[in-house]
Amino acid sequence: MELYALLKLIWAALLCVLLIGLGLMVGMDMGVGTLLRFVGRNDGERRTALNIIGPHWDGNQVWFILGGGAIFAAFPTLYATSFSVFYVVMILLLFSMILRPVAFEYRSKADSHLWRASWDWVFLISGFLPMFIYGAAFGNILHGVGYHFGWTGQYYQDSSFFSYLLNPFAILCGLMSVALSVYQGGVMLMLRAENPIYERARRYALRGGLTAAILFIIGGFFITRMQGFVFTAPVDPAMPASPMHGQHVAMVAGGWLHNYAAHPVLWLLPLLGLASMIGGTLAARMNKVILAWWIGLGSWIGTIGTVAAAMFPFFMPSTTAPDQSLTIWNSSASAYGLTCMLVVALIFVPIILCYTSWCYYVMRGKVHTADIVNDSHSY
Amino acid sequence: MDMINPTVVDLSRFQFALTALYHFMFVPLTLGLTFMLAAMETVYVVTGRKIYKDMAMFWGKLFGINFALGVATGITMEFEFGTNWSMYSRFFGDMFGTPLAIEGLMAFFMESTFVGLMFFGWDRLSKQAHLAVTYLVALGSNLSALWILIANAGMNVPHGAHFDPDTMRLQFDSFVKLIFSPDAQAKFVHTSVAGYVSAALLVMGVSAFYLLRGQHRQFAARSFRMAALFGIISTVAVITLGDVLGREDYMEQPTKIAAIEGLWHTSKPPYEPWILAALPDDAKQENHFEIGVPFVLTPLITHDFNTPIRGMHELEDAAAPRIESGIAAVSALRRYQETHQQADLDAFKAHEADLGFGFLATRHAPNQDVTAIPADALQSVVEQTKPDILPNVFVTFWSFRIMVFLALYFFALFAISAYLSLKNKLERNKLILKACMWSIPLPILATEFGWITAEAGRQPWTVFNTLPTFLSASTHSTSYMVFSLAGFALLYSIFIAAELYLMFKFARLGPEAHDAPHSDDAYAAHCAVVGTPHASGH
Ligand code: HDD
Ligand code: HEM
Ligand code: HEM
Repeated sequence: MELYALLKLIWAALLCVLLIGLGLMVGMDMGVGTLLRFVGRNDGERRTALNIIGPHWDGNQVWFILGGGAIFAAFPTLYATSFSVFYVVMILLLFSMILRPVAFEYRSKADSHLWRASWDWVFLISGFLPMFIYGAAFGNILHGVGYHFGWTGQYYQDSSFFSYLLNPFAILCGLMSVALSVYQGGVMLMLRAENPIYERARRYALRGGLTAAILFIIGGFFITRMQGFVFTAPVDPAMPASPMHGQHVAMVAGGWLHNYAAHPVLWLLPLLGLASMIGGTLAARMNKVILAWWIGLGSWIGTIGTVAAAMFPFFMPSTTAPDQSLTIWNSSASAYGLTCMLVVALIFVPIILCYTSWCYYVMRGKVHTADIVNDSHSY
Repeated sequence: MDMINPTVVDLSRFQFALTALYHFMFVPLTLGLTFMLAAMETVYVVTGRKIYKDMAMFWGKLFGINFALGVATGITMEFEFGTNWSMYSRFFGDMFGTPLAIEGLMAFFMESTFVGLMFFGWDRLSKQAHLAVTYLVALGSNLSALWILIANAGMNVPHGAHFDPDTMRLQFDSFVKLIFSPDAQAKFVHTSVAGYVSAALLVMGVSAFYLLRGQHRQFAARSFRMAALFGIISTVAVITLGDVLGREDYMEQPTKIAAIEGLWHTSKPPYEPWILAALPDDAKQENHFEIGVPFVLTPLITHDFNTPIRGMHELEDAAAPRIESGIAAVSALRRYQETHQQADLDAFKAHEADLGFGFLATRHAPNQDVTAIPADALQSVVEQTKPDILPNVFVTFWSFRIMVFLALYFFALFAISAYLSLKNKLERNKLILKACMWSIPLPILATEFGWITAEAGRQPWTVFNTLPTFLSASTHSTSYMVFSLAGFALLYSIFIAAELYLMFKFARLGPEAHDAPHSDDAYAAHCAVVGTPHASGH
């Protein structure tokens, strides 16, 4: 395989890792946000729940920011086109995302009941909505989106935003992503809270895990019947990265199963996803909290892996100009750019993992409501 | 034919300017306060004097309130290139995305991870470890400035990339040229140091407020002195680096520097005055009145006495052949996209250097199609395109002047304050204290006008001399833009109201509001009598 094709492949894999990290870490914090009003019945309990993720949410959020940054650097055409084509949804995602940092920092800094209650609603919205949109985005790209490119490389949108806002499969994917985040958030609360928060969080974690598993199965049936996209002529993975030429693509019913048919070992991915959702639910039920947390990682690997295996090498297929569908091969950065980024990532990712773990280690242990209420530095 | 909608372009520009300027209301304080916090905590760790820990914790609280909005508004920025500048991101993303992603890996992760420990780790970390964490936060925020400014410098001086006709974009080819761009270095230092000025004045202003009311005197006097010294050094650095930046613009962006100086005609050294005030008229292409200081302009910008600086009329004339050649480049490139013939590629290569100027002519071509310009209309299209190479002179000229006049004012204010503070004469000079208090927002204002100078002065390009702004924008409908703008207006208004409410609340409450059990005056009296500070920690 040519070096350039290999670089594209490596970056596609890294992107998957990033999306998994994002789902797991940001999803966990958002799950806590969604659950805040339900697991905390009074102000002290809610503050406890917030302070459990208090020292970590900002660091975790960088997974999300880096997700954007890495798509920009490694697949600029994908970044440019997908963010614009999904404009309305992206802006809604953005609005709900930017409310969150403010909610963390400001909620407990004033005593008024109305003030705090309003921010608690903000946590609900900014926990639920981003995870919903995150999942729905996967649903939409599986469906394909209407757009084409002009000769300069400018994109033009061919379908209205209602088509991707109100697409039932996308809604299902969105709800599944919320369910996974509720699961992970619930488990995190179990890990560091005491009763009564612990018990309530456990209840929601169980419901989240189970719901995710059911939606995952239904979603699987959807995919087998969906129009997938396949190449009708061989494509050169090392092609110049431009969506304008060089691909011939057709829409075929059941097309998303072709990769699975060609490589049956890929079935392990959906299996891992489903097994993790069920296994995690059981672990949480048996109060094996740390185990349940790590199994949550398996659910994300399983789900995102399932989509990636079905779509490979497509990123965002176009329903109105299938030949111009964005793929790993035609939307990447240059070989030079990908190499630079790879070197930087190899240096910094291990460092990041080290200090992030250290940070969790320093802040380990249960969070007590009494300590929170007396500490003016806590959230 | 998909036409460019100028209303959407303008709304996209407006939205970007609004959100970027808004982000930059909070960033300078983050850049500066983190270092001031680190400095205060260092004194605490070295001397063990509790008052410095109180200082770090109190100013840390104000930092936190500000930080949240910096993060929130920063997320907008990261998205907006994709959501609103699609063509720009595709065309320039190969080079531009790299520093942005490195910023995430190197800076955001570090800052955001350690900021949690900085707030929550006081009891869990040793003094030294906590100090190290605070320094890492400061380092992280300043590294983030470094990388974003490297990216921004790339737009202004796009060295390190070349146009590739097969991918129809700029391909990144030199990491070294990108990061060691002199423009990026100068921008980084100028901007970070502008942040230190902002933080210094905030600390000085709030301290002045306490001194005026006779509250927390010990605490306020010490904070004031530290801030005044930090501020004077930073102001000198800002001005020095501002001079370097001006010279960079002179070398690389002649249209920008001519607009900054309101220079319509090439200068006549050495007499040429530096214009203090004027009313530039963009439509008539002249200044209505001018007050200037003779002999200053040439040495100020060129650093010698007899190099002429090109004026805007001359720059327009010099652009005419480039526009014509650019039109040929675009036409050949379009043919090449359809035929993939070597002949078309060669025709393109002959005019490649002027490609951007060909794009610029799009707006004046029939049906916005440069390839369809009839031979007899070519000259008129070139004439119509010529004035487009200039930015809005009025805006560029005045935003620069406001920044510079403010810089001189800061210099005076910090110098006087530092002197009075060192001589212990501060509390008698109510006027200076009041001036410090009322000047808190001014460095932010100077910073905003600095950005307007830099960004408005770069127009009509997003990538200088290569990609025009009106081609860069996403092809949204007006209603999309109205939707997002309305949302930003609403959310950002709520944010600023909440921030100001909390800032005022905590500034009024003062340092003893958190866990200090006794009143500050008793504390100060205690220090004065005993002559030694408290043992550290409660
Ligand atoms: C406290 C804020 C502050 C102060 C006092 C100054 N500046 Fe500034 N200036 C900025 C804050 C700033 C900034 C916001 O940080 C900018 C915007 C873009 C940049 O790189 O820095 C800037 C940009 C900027 C530019 C445009 C750079 C470009 O084209 O990219 C020039 C030429 C100067 N400055 C020059 C000066 C001079 C000569 C000053 C004093 C005599 C000065 N600045 C004071
Ligand atoms: C946070 C500090 C910044 C501020 C306050 C700022 C301000 C502005 C302003 C006022 C404009 C509008 C200019 C005009 O339309 O006349 C603008 C445009 C723009 N700036 Fe910046 N800018 C900032 C940083 C950056 C950085 C770091 C980048 C790139 C990394 C950038 C990229 C752009 C782009 C793409 C446009 C749109 C095209 C245009 O209208 O010029 N800006 N910015
Ligand atoms: C227009 C381009 C810009 C983008 C895309 C951008 C992006 C971001 C993002 C995503 C964050 C949040 C990080 C977090 O979660 O911790 C952020 C915060 C920050 N940005 Fe920007 N930014 C831009 C302009 C600038 C400029 C020009 C500077 C400095 C000179 C700057 C300095 C900072 C700093 C210091 C922070 C962290 C602290 C704070 O938010 O106050 N940014 N930015």
